[in-house]
Amino acid sequence: MSPVNEQEKVAFRQEVAAWMHTNRPVDPGFLLPQSFMEVGSEQQLDFLREWQHKVWSAGYLGMAWPREHGGQGVDPVFQSIADQEMRRHGVPICFNVIGLGWAGPLINDIGSEAEKAKYLKGILSAEDIWCQGFSEPDHGSDLGNAQTRARREGDDYVINGTKTWTTMGNFAKYMILLARTNPHAERKYDGLSFFLAPMQVPGIDPRPIRKLTGEYGFTETFFTDARIPASCLMGEEGQGWKIAMKTLQYERGAEAGAAGGLAFVRIAIDDMIAELSDVERDGAPALEDPSIRDQVVQMIMEEKAIVLGERRSTIGPLTTDYPFSLQLSTKLRFTESTRRMRQLAINLQGADGGLYVGDDAARQGGFWQRAYLNSFSATIGGGTSQVQANIIAEHILGLPK
Amino acid sequence: MSVLGNTALSFSDDQSMIMDVSRAFCADKSPVSAVRGLLETDAGFDVAVWREMVDMGWPGMALPESVGGSGLGVDTVVPVLEAMGRALLGGPLLSTLLAGQLLLRAAGNGTGLEASSRAGSEPSGFLHDTLSSIAAGAPATVALLDGADWGAQTIRCELSGDSTLRGAKQQVWDAAVAEWFVVVAQQAGEPVLVIVPKVAIEPAARRDKVLIDATRRAQSVDFTGVLAADGAVLRGPQVVSALRDVRLLGALLLAAEAGGSAASCLNTTVEYLKTRKQFGKLIGSYQALKHPCVDILMAIDTTRSFVYHAASLLGSDPLGHDAEVACRMAKAQATETLKHAGDRAVQFHGGMGFTWECDAQLYVRRAQWVQQAYGDAQHHRKHLAQLLLDR
Repeated sequence: MSPVNEQEKVAFRQEVAAWMHTNRPVDPGFLLPQSFMEVGSEQQLDFLREWQHKVWSAGYLGMAWPREHGGQGVDPVFQSIADQEMRRHGVPICFNVIGLGWAGPLINDIGSEAEKAKYLKGILSAEDIWCQGFSEPDHGSDLGNAQTRARREGDDYVINGTKTWTTMGNFAKYMILLARTNPHAERKYDGLSFFLAPMQVPGIDPRPIRKLTGEYGFTETFFTDARIPASCLMGEEGQGWKIAMKTLQYERGAEAGAAGGLAFVRIAIDDMIAELSDVERDGAPALEDPSIRDQVVQMIMEEKAIVLGERRSTIGPLTTDYPFSLQLSTKLRFTESTRRMRQLAINLQGADGGLYVGDDAARQGGFWQRAYLNSFSATIGGGTSQVQANIIAEHILGLPK
Repeated sequence: MSVLGNTALSFSDDQSMIMDVSRAFCADKSPVSAVRGLLETDAGFDVAVWREMVDMGWPGMALPESVGGSGLGVDTVVPVLEAMGRALLGGPLLSTLLAGQLLLRAAGNGTGLEASSRAGSEPSGFLHDTLSSIAAGAPATVALLDGADWGAQTIRCELSGDSTLRGAKQQVWDAAVAEWFVVVAQQAGEPVLVIVPKVAIEPAARRDKVLIDATRRAQSVDFTGVLAADGAVLRGPQVVSALRDVRLLGALLLAAEAGGSAASCLNTTVEYLKTRKQFGKLIGSYQALKHPCVDILMAIDTTRSFVYHAASLLGSDPLGHDAEVACRMAKAQATETLKHAGDRAVQFHGGMGFTWECDAQLYVRRAQWVQQAYGDAQHHRKHLAQLLLDR
């Protein structure tokens, strides 16, 4: 592939911008998910499926994937530009994230030609929704200890066990599944295998988990003597852990192999300030209230500190004091700051702060209320803030366990 | 345009080299035993160490070569202040740097002292001599405060038509050793700067202050009756701009210093938590102590990011909107960081923390002093709200 020149990039950016401007969906009249982990209703699903299909048909999804499997076969830089323009135009997410960012790149990377032909196009077109079966109820953080069994019987594997926090488990056609084929392996990791498993088979029962928002988005997924074809095994038995770790590397964007599209809607402090511009407090604009101004400035500083911290972490002489402290604290900083900002946004709405999704007077349909409640998925998922603080204390400050 | 605005952050080779040198110097010259040895002395600093700082050219680092300075930007003194803060190293460097910047910026464009005469100020000979003296190591200080309000809009100290000062200044830093005082006064409502040599001040006009941060020294000075020498008065729009800039630079340099102090404060606390046992366990294993330390670490990281972001936006020209935002954020953040670090240092040292012997007192007392100097966090956030929300 020859290097892409700047003119091509500029022209492409203009093309995408024009398309996004023209095709940005009108307000559907119901709240859209802010992330792929929040798809809770058929209504939302249908809308997002149509949107992703449209983006793909226009040629702005899976751009670096092979042409014969629904991609464009072009340099990933084009996908990055398309993603930036999607972000800039505030368009909806491309919701099939487990397929686009995890399963798809993996199949592209190490899958057989048959697997590529079978799966890739459906991931891009949103015809085939994918979910992920890694976490288990008793092993939230300890993935390597997964206990769901996969037992070989003739041409099948028989699956028994329970997976949880399965995103879109009730909508998915396929699951990337981590299961134990050898319970007697010396190292727990060596007993695991990786499957591209069909969901619509007898014995698989995804039960939606109702979130504190009142909505759905995840399932707890029960496997009871579920038979899947032995051909679903990816790689060889015992390679499951290695392959599962590999899937985590694609998330970093198109350059790393992901198909592209937005996985979540970014909510910035600017959105909160815009939202509050017409809010009144004590008979005057809220943004003129000294105590509110002070809190808003503190939130601006929190968000700016994250951006500046990312910059500083790339400057060697300014990172020698507590090496890797910026990198290791990014998740804790970002998720906690996000949660605080959304809380503040509710706080500042006056009586409207007490309304919720479904009330016709709720500001932006209850967007901030729902966003605040959903923000706990990030302060809990992927290692709670408290676990993060322990890790920083022990690894950066050297405090004892 | 996002309200986050400018997010530039760069670090030059000069800054990097100066950071290495100043850290090594401060660590060597100012171990905590030396800091403690100076707490209850009259001078409050080691003159021999100050002479070495002068020999390294620190007072003139950000002054132009035409007055004997190094001609580097103010951004290069930021790592020096941070290093001094880490080692709690005292002395008149900060007041001297700010006095130099105030005179330099009031003179016209950043480096061209000749600009002052073009702009209609007094002849620049006196100013040139003063800056040369400062660059050569004569301590100088800014006599700024009329009262306790860092945000005061009016200047009470007055320069009369016959060039006589009337009024007293509060908390003039390092006044006991300063060779030069840059007195902020007003004449017919317009701000003016008056350069006063130490000999013009009667001993009876000085009163030593007792500061909560015992590593520092200050006096109140009554300038009433002091006659301004020929060429010792600066006036005009550049004075207004220079005063604004120096208030921001003062905030930034104190933020750098406070960030350094907060880091060594945290290190002191963490060392204690790693060695002290209670109920058969190292107390550092308790999350009630561990997690606040992580909060402080992240606040220190944030302070450094703001400080070096602000340093990236400085130049010899009057500071712009982005630089003002950055300096104010740096001070607002640094102040809260050192307060938190000092407060928890005392508490986490338990009974020891309540004693003079425990180093926690050095930090918690400095935190109280730093928070007010050049404006506290609320002051700066109030101005930030205007800069960011009233666009």
